[in-house]
Amino acid sequence: MTTLTPVLTANWDQPNSFTLEGYGDYSAAKKALGMDPDAVIQAVKDSGLRGRGGAGFPTGMKWGFIPQGDGKPHYLVVNADESEPGTCKDIPLMMANPHSLVEGIIITSYAIRANHAFIYVRGEVVHVVRRLQAAVAEAYAKGLLGKDLFGSGFDLELVVHSGAGAYICGEETALLDSLEGYRGQPRLKPPFPAVAGLYASPTVVNNVESVASVPSIISNGADWFAGMGTEKSKGFGIFSLSGHVTRPGQYEAPLGITLRELLEMSGGIREGHRLKFWTPGGSSTPIFTDEHMDVPLDFESVGAKGSMLGTRALQIFDETTCVVRAVLRWTEFYAHESCGKCTPCREGTFWLKQVLKRLEKGQGTEEDLTTITDIADNILGRSFCALGDGATSPIHSSVKYFRDEYLKHFELGACPFDHAPSTVWGDK
Amino acid sequence: MSSTTGGEPTVRQTDVAAGAANDEGSATMDKGYAPEVRERLERDAKEIIGRYPKPRSALLPLLHLVQSEDGYVSDDGHEFCAEILGLSKAEVVGVSTFYTMYKRKPAGQYHVGVCINTLCAVMGGDQIWDELSEHTGLEHNETSPDGKISLERLECNAACDFAPVMMVNWEFFDNQTPASAKQLVDDLKDGKEISPTRGPKKLCSFKEASRVLSGLPDGLAGDGPSANGPSLEGLKIAKANGWKAPES
Repeated sequence: MTTLTPVLTANWDQPNSFTLEGYGDYSAAKKALGMDPDAVIQAVKDSGLRGRGGAGFPTGMKWGFIPQGDGKPHYLVVNADESEPGTCKDIPLMMANPHSLVEGIIITSYAIRANHAFIYVRGEVVHVVRRLQAAVAEAYAKGLLGKDLFGSGFDLELVVHSGAGAYICGEETALLDSLEGYRGQPRLKPPFPAVAGLYASPTVVNNVESVASVPSIISNGADWFAGMGTEKSKGFGIFSLSGHVTRPGQYEAPLGITLRELLEMSGGIREGHRLKFWTPGGSSTPIFTDEHMDVPLDFESVGAKGSMLGTRALQIFDETTCVVRAVLRWTEFYAHESCGKCTPCREGTFWLKQVLKRLEKGQGTEEDLTTITDIADNILGRSFCALGDGATSPIHSSVKYFRDEYLKHFELGACPFDHAPSTVWGDK
Repeated sequence: MSSTTGGEPTVRQTDVAAGAANDEGSATMDKGYAPEVRERLERDAKEIIGRYPKPRSALLPLLHLVQSEDGYVSDDGHEFCAEILGLSKAEVVGVSTFYTMYKRKPAGQYHVGVCINTLCAVMGGDQIWDELSEHTGLEHNETSPDGKISLERLECNAACDFAPVMMVNWEFFDNQTPASAKQLVDDLKDGKEISPTRGPKKLCSFKEASRVLSGLPDGLAGDGPSANGPSLEGLKIAKANGWKAPES
C-alpha cells in the first residue's frame, strides 16, 4: 500500500511555518550555490522531476533549453496563477510554506543564470500575497536575496507580482504578456519562452510546486527523489481531494497512488453515497468514473486511460450530482475565461454554452449531442492554446460515459436531479 | 531605471472615446487627483515601477494602486497610469478591461464573492448565491446604495477542499452555508469586526486589500494560521500512521 510522504506539507501544522525561523536555514540554496550551475541542472534532470503545473514537462530539461553565454538577461517566472477549477495546492503551499518557494527560486535562478525572478501570483488571494511579500522581505533582510548570495558572487532580485483575475494568465505565454503589462493573451509558439520569453529574453516559467520541490532534491539527492513514484513519474506531489469525500484536503504522496488509496485515507465518499465521477487533475482533464479507482495517478497511467494527471486536483462527485449541470458550469467557465484571441475557442466555447444550457433544461434533442461533440472536435487541436483544448475535455468525456443521462434530460423535458441533496447540508 | 518613468508626468489630452466607453457616470471624470493625492500616488508608483526591468510591467500593480485610491479604476486612475508609464489612455483601458478584478464602477467597502464554479456550486454555492442575492437585493457586480456591499459570482478561487467558498475583499471565508453567508453580510453592514477563516485578525477594506495587491505590504502577513482544516488532513493522517518521506 502506498503511504503519504509529507515534504512540502511537513511543516504546515507549525504556527510559524511561514517564517524563516519556522522554515530553516536555506542550506539547500547554500549547497547549490557552491555547485556548478550545470551540475544543479543535471541533478534536477536526474531526479526525474516533471512540471507540477499540469503538463508534466521534465523540469531539468526545460532549464537546459536556456541558451548560455548568449549575453542576454535570463529570467525565472514562477507561475503562481493557480486557477484551474479543482486545483488548490499552490495556494495553501504559499500560505504555509512560502520559503520553500523562495529557496527553490534561488536555486533555479542560479542554475539557469537568471538574476531577476518573478512570482506571478493570482490577485484574488490577498493573504497569500502578504505571506509571499513577507517571505521575500525576510530573505532580503537576511542577505538570502540581493547581492552576492552566500559569497558566491551571484545576485538575485525577486519580485512578487499580483495578477488581476484572468484564468488565461496561467498559460505561460499569456502570463508573460500580462507580466509585461499587456492583456494576458497567449503567444504563438515557437519561439518558446526558453528562447524568447519575458522581454524577448530566455525565460523559464515553472509552477510553484515544481520550484518548491527543488530544495529537497538538492538537499537529499536526485536518487532520493527518484526513489519515490513510478518509473516515468518520479517523486511526490500534492493530491487535492475536494467534493463529496468525508475528509477533503491536501494529501502529499508519491505519484502513482490511486484514488482508492486516497479515499481510504480520507474516509471515503461521504456516508451513504457512492462515487459517480471525478476529475484526476482539474476540469481540463477528462472525467473518470468509479471504474477508474485503481488507475495509478501518474502521467502515463492516467494518459493511457484517456485523461491527464494535470494538477492532481481530484474533484469528487457522488450519485446525487447531475453530470450535465457540472459540464454546463465548467463550460460557462471556459466561455467566461476565453481570451478571445482565437476563433475556435472564443466562438466554440460560446456556442457550447448555449447548447448545453438548452440540454440541461431538458429542451434539447439527441442531435444536440452530435452538435456539442462536433463543436468540441473543432476546438480541440485548433485553438491557440490549451484553454480551448481543456474546454473540450468535460464535453467529450461526459458524453462518452454518461450519454444516457443526457438522453434522460430530453425524455423528461427537465433535469432529472434535485440539486439539494448534493449540497453539504442537503444531505442531513 | 529607464528614463521614461522618471521626471515630470507628461500632459496628455483625455482620450474621450476610451473614457466615455469605460466610465459612464463617473463622478470624477476629467477632474484629476488633488495635488496631495497625486503626489502620494506618484511616490508609491515610482517605488513600484523601480522593481521592474521595464516600466510597463508595473501596469497591473499600478491599476491595483489606483483602485486602492478610488475603490475602482476611475477615469483619473486610467489617466494617472497612462501618464506615469508614458502610454496612451486607450492602451491602459484596453488592459484594465481585460481583467475582472479591476472594477469599472465603485465596488463596495466589502466586496463579497461567492464561488459558483462547478464544485462549489454543487456543494451549495448556487444556493448560497441565490439566497444572498435575494437577501441583499444585489445582482452580480452590483453595489449597495450605501456603498458598503458589492456582490460577485466568482470562478474557482483555489480553495476547493473548503467548499463552498466565499471571499470578502479577496480573503478566504471557508465552508459557508446560506445562513452563515447572510449573517456575514449583515455583520459587515453593521460594522462588526470580522475575521477571515485564513487571513488577518481584522478584515481589511476593499481599498486596503487593493493596496497590498499593488505590491505595498500592510504588515499583516503574520496574522492568521499557517494552515488549517482540510489543508492539514493529509499531514494529520501521515503523522497518526507514522508515515514519512524516505530518509535521504
